[in-house]
Amino acid sequence: MSKLVSAQTGNEAMAYAMKQVNPDVVAAYPITPATEIVQIFAQYVADGDVKTEFVAVESEHSAMSACIGSAAAGARTMTGTSSQGLALMYEMCYIAAGLRLPIVMADVNRALSAPINIHCDHSDTMGMRDAGWIHLFSENAQEAYDNMIQAVRIAEHADVQLPTLVTTDGFIISHGMENVEHLADERVQKFIGEYQPQYSILNVGKPITVGALNLQDYYFEHRRALADAQAAALPVIKQIGEEFGKESGRAYGLVEGYQLDDAEYAVVALGSTCGTAKVVIDSLRAKGEKAGLLKIRSFRPFPKDEVVQALKKVKFAAVLDRSDTLGGYGGPVFTEVRSALYGEASKPPVAGFIYGLGGREIDMEMIEELFRLMKSGEVKPDSVQYLGVRE
Amino acid sequence: MSRLKNYRELCLGGNIEKGGSADEFKTGDWRTLKPVYHPENCIQCLFCWAYCPDSAVVLKDGQVTGFDLDHCKGCGICAHECPGKKKVKAITMEEEVR
Repeated sequence: MSKLVSAQTGNEAMAYAMKQVNPDVVAAYPITPATEIVQIFAQYVADGDVKTEFVAVESEHSAMSACIGSAAAGARTMTGTSSQGLALMYEMCYIAAGLRLPIVMADVNRALSAPINIHCDHSDTMGMRDAGWIHLFSENAQEAYDNMIQAVRIAEHADVQLPTLVTTDGFIISHGMENVEHLADERVQKFIGEYQPQYSILNVGKPITVGALNLQDYYFEHRRALADAQAAALPVIKQIGEEFGKESGRAYGLVEGYQLDDAEYAVVALGSTCGTAKVVIDSLRAKGEKAGLLKIRSFRPFPKDEVVQALKKVKFAAVLDRSDTLGGYGGPVFTEVRSALYGEASKPPVAGFIYGLGGREIDMEMIEELFRLMKSGEVKPDSVQYLGVRE
Repeated sequence: MSRLKNYRELCLGGNIEKGGSADEFKTGDWRTLKPVYHPENCIQCLFCWAYCPDSAVVLKDGQVTGFDLDHCKGCGICAHECPGKKKVKAITMEEEVR
């Protein structure tokens, strides 16, 4: 079969994946740098390329509210947003997860105000890391496309039934054009299958109450069930990533190790920075240095065992965070990785680096410098520092 | 009281597999004032029934018969809206005594 390849930005790739998914409902409100996802999808709707009911709402809070209603009715539902838009959705995002509604969201990672900024960091999705959603990070436009398709299967899986967001890095991926390989429409449809919701508020033959009050007697049990669903998503994400590999030639796991098997020094990162790190690692390897990368694809659920396994042989790992916890000890990825490693007998020392806030560039020299610092012993284990800020 | 379910026994997302389950949640004990019905002043305009923010005005054959005190929260809207007969109210609010 000939390959279907086209030059697309991350936004175009995500919108194209949504077109091929052909969801029942999309409710969304445009925001930089995710505007194009909604704009392009609205064009698909206007041109009759999809059968989707497009709900043009007046805010992101309404977008997520409409998505909740739609998903509770048993419709396959998608949306897209970024930054402040996602922040405006937060309240409803917790409800979507608590009600176990498998909404799929494209989120283009962008910094949060203030100061106002439109460029990439991961603060927006990290602000809802504990909302109960699945978070899949993409390294490039291809992964954004692939993740959007897999997200539908993951979210709707009987063992999971959780809303799922797929991220790209604002402008870096969302507006960067690359070759993106597609599956044919019918193969996407076959891969995702028909959605069979367990409940629908429109099924008058089986009436249900959605969103009932739970007090001291039952709230805790429902939150416990939510935690279980996150844990159950770990093998599901892996299995669907493997199945997608058979379909497309691009298999996915919870994490991806790059030159990690014999690596002495490693960086741990999310998103597009992994692509930059791979180039640095290739050049270091050419000089005989044992450098490696651990890319975390699934931040929620956090794949503790895979992270421990992947890092246990390295001599030092630098954990990169494109967001800050402001008052916590290290960024969210650092705190997760360090916590995962803490009880292990065989574990590397780790240090945290907060970088790239508000789209501040991280270039190859900076990553190379990280490897140099680790090797020379100039980085103190367990230290947290800022990378690329004027001090 | 029946045994409380553990987290594995619950319906997905806290759903309840029937409609109208709020009827079982008695909210009348939030009340500090209670409506008292005076049928002799009632013209059966049903304003009270239409304005009640809960469903606490009880009708029988389209006629007001009284209140569902398991769910009435004593807001007094029914008494406020009641036109009564010759300006004498058919609903008055009285202090709840328990």
